[in-house]
Amino acid sequence: MLRRGFGAMLALGVGLLGTGLSGGAAQAQGRDLTIVSWGGAYQDAQREVFFRPWQQQGNARLLEETWDGGVGVLRAKIQSGANNWDLVQVESEELLLGCEEGLFEKMDYAAIGGREHYIPEAVSECGVGNILYSFVLAYDRARMADGPRSWADFFDTAKFPGKRGLRRGPKVTLEIALLADGVAPGEVYKLLGTSAGVDRAFRKLDTLKQDIIWWERGSQPPQLLASGEVAMTNAYNGRISAANQNDGRNFGIAWSGNVFTLDSWVIMKGSPNKAAALDFLKFVGQPNVQAGLPPRIPYGVTAKGANANLAPAVLANLPTAPENAEGALQLNDQFWLDNLDKLNQRFNNWVSR
Amino acid sequence: MAQGTNAPLKARLAAAALVAPLLLFLLGVFVLPIGAFLFRAVQEGEVAPVLPRTLAALSAWDGTAPPGEPAFAALVEDLREARARDQQAGGGGIARAAARLNADLPGFRSLLPMTARRVAQPFEGEARAAVLAISEEWGGIAPWGAIRRAGGPVSDFNLLAVLDLKRDATGSLATAPPDEAIFRAILWRTLWMGLLATLICLGVGYPLAWLIATAPPRAVPWLMAGVLLPFWTSLIVRTAAWMVLLQREGVVNAALGALQLTSGPLPLLFNRGAVLLAMVHILLPFMVLPIYASLKSLDWRLPRAAVSLGAAPALAFWRVTLPLSLPGVGAGCLLVFIQALGFYVTPALLGGANDQMLPYFVAFYASRTVNWGMAAALSCLILAAVAVILAVYGRLVGFSRMRAA
Repeated sequence: MLRRGFGAMLALGVGLLGTGLSGGAAQAQGRDLTIVSWGGAYQDAQREVFFRPWQQQGNARLLEETWDGGVGVLRAKIQSGANNWDLVQVESEELLLGCEEGLFEKMDYAAIGGREHYIPEAVSECGVGNILYSFVLAYDRARMADGPRSWADFFDTAKFPGKRGLRRGPKVTLEIALLADGVAPGEVYKLLGTSAGVDRAFRKLDTLKQDIIWWERGSQPPQLLASGEVAMTNAYNGRISAANQNDGRNFGIAWSGNVFTLDSWVIMKGSPNKAAALDFLKFVGQPNVQAGLPPRIPYGVTAKGANANLAPAVLANLPTAPENAEGALQLNDQFWLDNLDKLNQRFNNWVSR
Repeated sequence: MAQGTNAPLKARLAAAALVAPLLLFLLGVFVLPIGAFLFRAVQEGEVAPVLPRTLAALSAWDGTAPPGEPAFAALVEDLREARARDQQAGGGGIARAAARLNADLPGFRSLLPMTARRVAQPFEGEARAAVLAISEEWGGIAPWGAIRRAGGPVSDFNLLAVLDLKRDATGSLATAPPDEAIFRAILWRTLWMGLLATLICLGVGYPLAWLIATAPPRAVPWLMAGVLLPFWTSLIVRTAAWMVLLQREGVVNAALGALQLTSGPLPLLFNRGAVLLAMVHILLPFMVLPIYASLKSLDWRLPRAAVSLGAAPALAFWRVTLPLSLPGVGAGCLLVFIQALGFYVTPALLGGANDQMLPYFVAFYASRTVNWGMAAALSCLILAAVAVILAVYGRLVGFSRMRAA
């Protein structure tokens, strides 16, 4: 989802160009470590904080590429036998699917500082978490001085009149409905696994249905807030902080019950540069190196102790700040892989009635 | 003599050669790709390569009770082989088969890979017991029915799904449960919104066409430009302009507020009114131009004769002018209605959740869930609706009457 944020078209274009140009060279031995990320402002920040310093250490040369996500791309790379990517940043769903399909090398934690070096959510079989971001409740402080504190307030249109923005689709929406209905974060997916729990979530959404404006792209919630179209909305935390930072907005975030997920680094199966990739991961896994990213772009980082190097004002905008992380819910990709088809159908039916 | 028979043939060949590039072009860039895409609605290519033995074992199964040991043994063998192939070449065959089966039976997305992973380890005794130990679900009829439904080179799964129908394990049809049924209602909504847009366009467009057709020659270019300028503006630009006009703190609400006509901002955006307004705006030239053509070629002495024979102007219009301009009206309505059925951007940007039409769901399946089978099946549904409407039109009005337009 993060990828939608940063020049997706450009990323796609560069990605295609890159594939076309380097397809032949892939066979040749001794190509440089190739790192693939989401492009745009995000990759610019990564370049400054991770890529250049690692190269300046003299470890090795590296090539950058960008992509637009989708496990099919990775599958095609491996299947063609001409894979020219080594280290790729993936979303949690691609991590899960690709690991299952054997597209990635198993992550060698001994070589990158050990499992306990990272926050537990970042550790998985085939990848290591890289950034952490959240779906949060956002509102405009300029219009609402005493804003909402929780998803329960989000559903309380008597106390907080005005329209509500939610992402169109069952993912995250159903979690929010249950959280607003007083379900503890730890119980949400247990409940959603039962049809009674899904019914309960939709009943809760029924109470708000007339007031919901649905958005589809991550760029929309700040616009909806800015134009006053909605009083509060679900949004990517990075987008809200970016609007405050760059567009002079005064948006507020209620972190209670935020739904977070991670992007991870994976090493492509059979990569000839596995050792260099691990060396890079070890370098960027250092808390003081990771701490360079959040001041440039407000996403949480995954090495234990990285937060200690951050200014309080920066930390306050991150989902990994202890007071923000309290009561947060991690998006359960396995649940959504199994149930998305069915719940999409149910959601589309419900939403268009 | 020989020359006499050859000349027409030659001429015909020459004519054919002249249109051949166009025909080949249409075939190559229009008929073939669209046909290939629509064929995906019935194509089943994901499950058969992964589970060939299982499908063979299920071929004689009646679907009333869970299958026996041979099917389980075949499943184990298929999954072992497919997993080895995936691990070696990374084809993701199991994952793709699981994704297809999951569309039919939720839970398959994890059931199949998990079973494949676990049966890869050697085990003693019956395959049935070993598979059931992995998941109780294999003891039911449902997963086997889903596998068999997805096994053929073609199936009606997607085509039935867009009509809110489904087959069970024995192959008989059942309607989808009410909280999952969706597409019939969407189809009616699409037709209804298309009809509304057409009627509004007709109501607005006919007087406008009349005005242009009867205006003094000096005014005609200006009036025409008024119709054609928006026609030449991009659809997205016009839709976005309506967003700016109609939003909560937009131009319209600001004007109403300044004139103190309303006490607070009106909810003008994200509802059906906004969608219809923009649709009419975008489609109006397709109504005005054929009607204008038809009125322009009309013999104006005829209504004048009717009036001079004592008919009131309204009656003369109703009995003479309107019937004579009907070919233009028919052509305009057909153009507007068929285009309205395909509207995607306008409802997506200006409409609320229950103002979306069939094309929204084509895009939803094509790009959001990457289920091209469903996208193709929904496209077939729209195509069929258009074909039915054309047939009804041809039957009721006749295409020959459109010639004048």
